[in-house]
Formats: sequence, structure tokens, C-alpha cells
Amino acid sequence: MLKTYDIAVEIGGMPILLRTDDAAFRDLLEGRYAGFVRRSAKPTFEFDVDLVPCSAEMESDDDVRVHQEGGVWHLRRGDFRAQWNPAAGRGNIRQSANPYSIDSVLRIVHSLILANEGGFLLHAASAIRNGRAFLFSGVSGAGKTTISRLAPPDTTLLSDEVSYVRRVGDSYWACGTPFAGELARPGENCSAPIETLFFLEKHAENRIADIRPQEAVRRLLRNVLFFAEDQKLVRLIFRSACEFVERTPARQLAFRPDERVWELIR
Amino acid sequence: MSDVYIARSTAIAARMLGGEMMVMSAVDSTFFTLNEVATVIWQAADGRTPLRQIVAESVCSQFDVDPETAQRDAESFVTELSQHRILIVSAGPIDSPRSGPVEAA
Repeated sequence: MLKTYDIAVEIGGMPILLRTDDAAFRDLLEGRYAGFVRRSAKPTFEFDVDLVPCSAEMESDDDVRVHQEGGVWHLRRGDFRAQWNPAAGRGNIRQSANPYSIDSVLRIVHSLILANEGGFLLHAASAIRNGRAFLFSGVSGAGKTTISRLAPPDTTLLSDEVSYVRRVGDSYWACGTPFAGELARPGENCSAPIETLFFLEKHAENRIADIRPQEAVRRLLRNVLFFAEDQKLVRLIFRSACEFVERTPARQLAFRPDERVWELIR
Repeated sequence: MSDVYIARSTAIAARMLGGEMMVMSAVDSTFFTLNEVATVIWQAADGRTPLRQIVAESVCSQFDVDPETAQRDAESFVTELSQHRILIVSAGPIDSPRSGPVEAA
């Protein structure tokens, strides 16, 4: 019988077990998700990872497609194929031995999990300061990596690229993720209640400005990671964005790239 | 545009926030924020009331606008939203099941 190697990756308090028969690939995952590996965690979902040789079939540039059929989610991109049955708690991933494909699968799976719980993954850096989490959202080039790099020593970086937003009762918590951006550094595996969501804009001076709630929802939706072609999920994400803005201060942060911007964030 | 009937699509999500209606297509994720007048028309889009009647009874009675301008603006608004399949437009009354739910703020 073929020996298998398991690793449980826990992000946002949600352990997902990845099973492979390739010890080297397991070691690769162990290194990539180091701060998020939970040896004793009982997994909520399990995925068998079938590694296939690099081929033209698994190296195309096809965009990600995510759809549900008969209760099973089908995830597909040029470099991976995956299926996930949430009710059965199981799925499988077919990809070559690289860390990027499985990273994308995990992002998609977590985005689907969060959508049903009133949360979302957000293109945003996030950090904890004084026990509260601050989110810094924006498209590529808005300054997520810059503001992360400028963070003072008394902050805990949760991510410089993809932030994990969970709804807990009537409040929202930000959780660390291993999904790194240009900083190439995973976040810390911890969480805190969200104090403020900032939308980033590079500017000649540091300034915080209020924005209308409708504009906040619009910007938030623009930066939510959402992959599924599914009307029910679109509605859920829309509702989550509205409810988040109703309960969480959302402001614009114009900043110049020096550490003084963090004097405004407390 | 001859008199038409309008109904909210079921393939949308909508919510009042800060006194304005936000509408998102569940099909292509197009997002709209409606102003006060557009919100009134949106809320009255029950599929059974002609647009001209909505303008006369709901818009002109609440806003300082002449009927012709209000009708023209309403038709423009309806055309735009119907192109995104957010509003259903018909020459006759539309069955109520096609109207989508609107969440309270």
C-alpha cells in the first residue's frame, strides 16, 4: 500500500488536511505554511493531492473557473484541477509539484467557506496594533506592501496581500494568512477584532478622510477575492460587504511612503 | 418609449444604506448606487404599475421636477438598468414572482 503524508494547514481557525504520497512535496508545504501547520488539529476538510508531471495540459494560461454542480465545487485553472464536496468534507487536487497551485486552491476554498459565514478574503494588508486589527485595502500598486514594510515594531503583520475577515457575532476579526505578496513573508497566525478598514491611496501627505458608506461598499466589493460563478454566492458577498461597512469604520488613507503614516494608525 | 411596466430582476442583490439604494447584479456583479429619485422608481417597480404612473404618483409628488423631465430621466434610468438585466421591462404587466427582494438597511 502506498504511503501517504498528511499536513493540516489551519488558516482562520479552519484546519484543512492535505494528503500526498510525495514526501518532498509534503516537506515543501511544511516550509511554505510553517506558521500555519497544526499537527493535532482535527481537520474540517481533507484534500488528496495528486501530483502529475509538468505537461502542456497543466501549464496553460486558462483563467480560474469555479462552479458548483450537485453540491460539488469544481475549481479549474491552467495549472490545476480540483473538486471539493463540502458536505462530505473531502476533495481532491490535481496539479504538478509546485506551491502556487495549491496556494490558489486554498484561497478559493477559504473564500467559499467564508462567504457562507458572512466573511471574505480581501486584497488587503492587515496588521494588529494595540490589540486591534487594521486593514489596508487596495488594488495592486496602491501601497499594501509599502505600508506593511513601514510597520513599526509594535505591530504584528497578518498579511501584506490577502487578509482573512471572519464574522464573529456582530463583530469582524482579521486573521493572519500565509498568502504573501511582494514582501514574500507570511503573516503571523493570530487574529484580532477589526478596528478600521482603510482604503489606500499614495499621496504627497498623510491624511485620513471619511468616505460615504456606499462608496466603501463599492470599494470593498472591488477588492474582495471572489471566484465563483454562482448567483447565490454573489448575493452573500454583497450582503457581507454591506453588513461589514455598517459595523466597521471604513476610511480613506492617503499616505506618503515613510514611517510617519503609522502615527495616524493607533 | 411608450408606456412600459418594470419589475426588479430576481438575479440581483439590493440594500438600502445611508439612505441610498445599492443594487448589484448577481449575474455580472455590476454595481449601482441609486439616487433618491431612482430609488423611488426602483421601489415602485412592482411589475403592475406603469412607469408613467410611477413617475406621476411617486416621483413628481415627492420631488420638485416637471413631469416631462422626470419621465425622460426615468426612461433613461430604466433603459440603463434593463441593459444590465437588473430591471425587467415589458409592454404589459409582469408577473410578481420576477420581482426581486430588497433587503432592509
